[in-house]
Amino acid sequence: MTPEDMDLLAALGRARAGLKIDVDKTYVVESRLAPLARREGFDSIEALIATLRAKREERLIWAIVEALTFNDTSFFRDRDIFAHLRDTVLPDLSKARLDQPIRVWSAACSTGQEVYSLAMAAGESRDVEPGARFEFFGSDLSERCLEKAQSGLYTQFEVQRGLPIKQLVKHFNNTDDTWEISPRIRQSVRWKRINLLSDLSSLGTFDVILLRHVLDGLEPSLHGRIIESLVARLAEDGVLVLGPDDQLTGAAATLLQAGDPPGVFVRGPAAREAAA
Amino acid sequence: MKTCLVVDDSRVIRKVARRVLEDIGFEIAEAADGMEALAWCRAAMPDAVLLDWNMPVMNGIEFLRQLRTEPGGDAPTVVFCTVENNVDHIRAALEAGADEYIMKPFDGEIIAAKFAEAGLL
Repeated sequence: MTPEDMDLLAALGRARAGLKIDVDKTYVVESRLAPLARREGFDSIEALIATLRAKREERLIWAIVEALTFNDTSFFRDRDIFAHLRDTVLPDLSKARLDQPIRVWSAACSTGQEVYSLAMAAGESRDVEPGARFEFFGSDLSERCLEKAQSGLYTQFEVQRGLPIKQLVKHFNNTDDTWEISPRIRQSVRWKRINLLSDLSSLGTFDVILLRHVLDGLEPSLHGRIIESLVARLAEDGVLVLGPDDQLTGAAATLLQAGDPPGVFVRGPAAREAAA
Repeated sequence: MKTCLVVDDSRVIRKVARRVLEDIGFEIAEAADGMEALAWCRAAMPDAVLLDWNMPVMNGIEFLRQLRTEPGGDAPTVVFCTVENNVDHIRAALEAGADEYIMKPFDGEIIAAKFAEAGLL
């Protein structure tokens, strides 16, 4: 790939999905595009890019942008957060939502491990009110990630990253090296392709929104706008969960105040007033 | 420093596991079957045992059942590490007192993650 190719890809990723792509890291981009080039029947990444330049076909542009996203995830990633949600956040919400479902949204869910971990954790919480109902939503920019998430099928390597063995035997069955999550957990989640840069106002309100290990891959200048549009979807007493190292600056910082453990945010007083 | 007894009849696997576990701060002892492992445990209980299933003389599950009846045998955290990957084997291991379970092939990341889950890190 030439520097001009890298510039083109970085510009596309930024314009379409807010992706932060380091133009010096050619190998990263190549490793993400190689499988796509093969699937689309091109001999090389160069041939894929030549067709992109020649045709500017929307379908191919989106396939490339989706392939450029960073999808690494694992079950119960940052275990403390899941313990906090299970033992504190979800029980509190279950007391406040006696006759309404508690809506939980994994806003860049990749291949689904995060939202499935939450569905497992919610079922195991001792302090959630009996009769509490949960609605889990997973969304991602990448159609391919969503397909995998929806299938509930994971490799032996994936189920050994973060998933305690007792949870594995409780919620999964395997054929050889492929592990399938139970229909009960799988059917508790609804999936949708969502670009976080688009208008989110039709999505309704959520009690918990997770956006963990995502901001790092997005243009810093867009963080504020994305956080603002997520906060607009948050119930008044809702909780936004970011990655443990995510720092909020500017307008986003005034919307939210940090709780404990790191990464857990609730509305600040001004935002709470505006939402009421 | 915490100690881990690596029990596997394959010298290659023991060597790989030793390197990974030394990197995350364990002092390593090795045994090639369950009987040798029991002898180690009777001399000095380790903090952790990384345990293969299929071995000559005494296999992993027999060793684990015996270990849990020995004085002080409740203490070690036992992590199976085996090619056996069906749910029945995993359930049997948990019933016999295993704390975690790794399905081969493994890498350093899986061992570190499973040892963390078992409360060893």
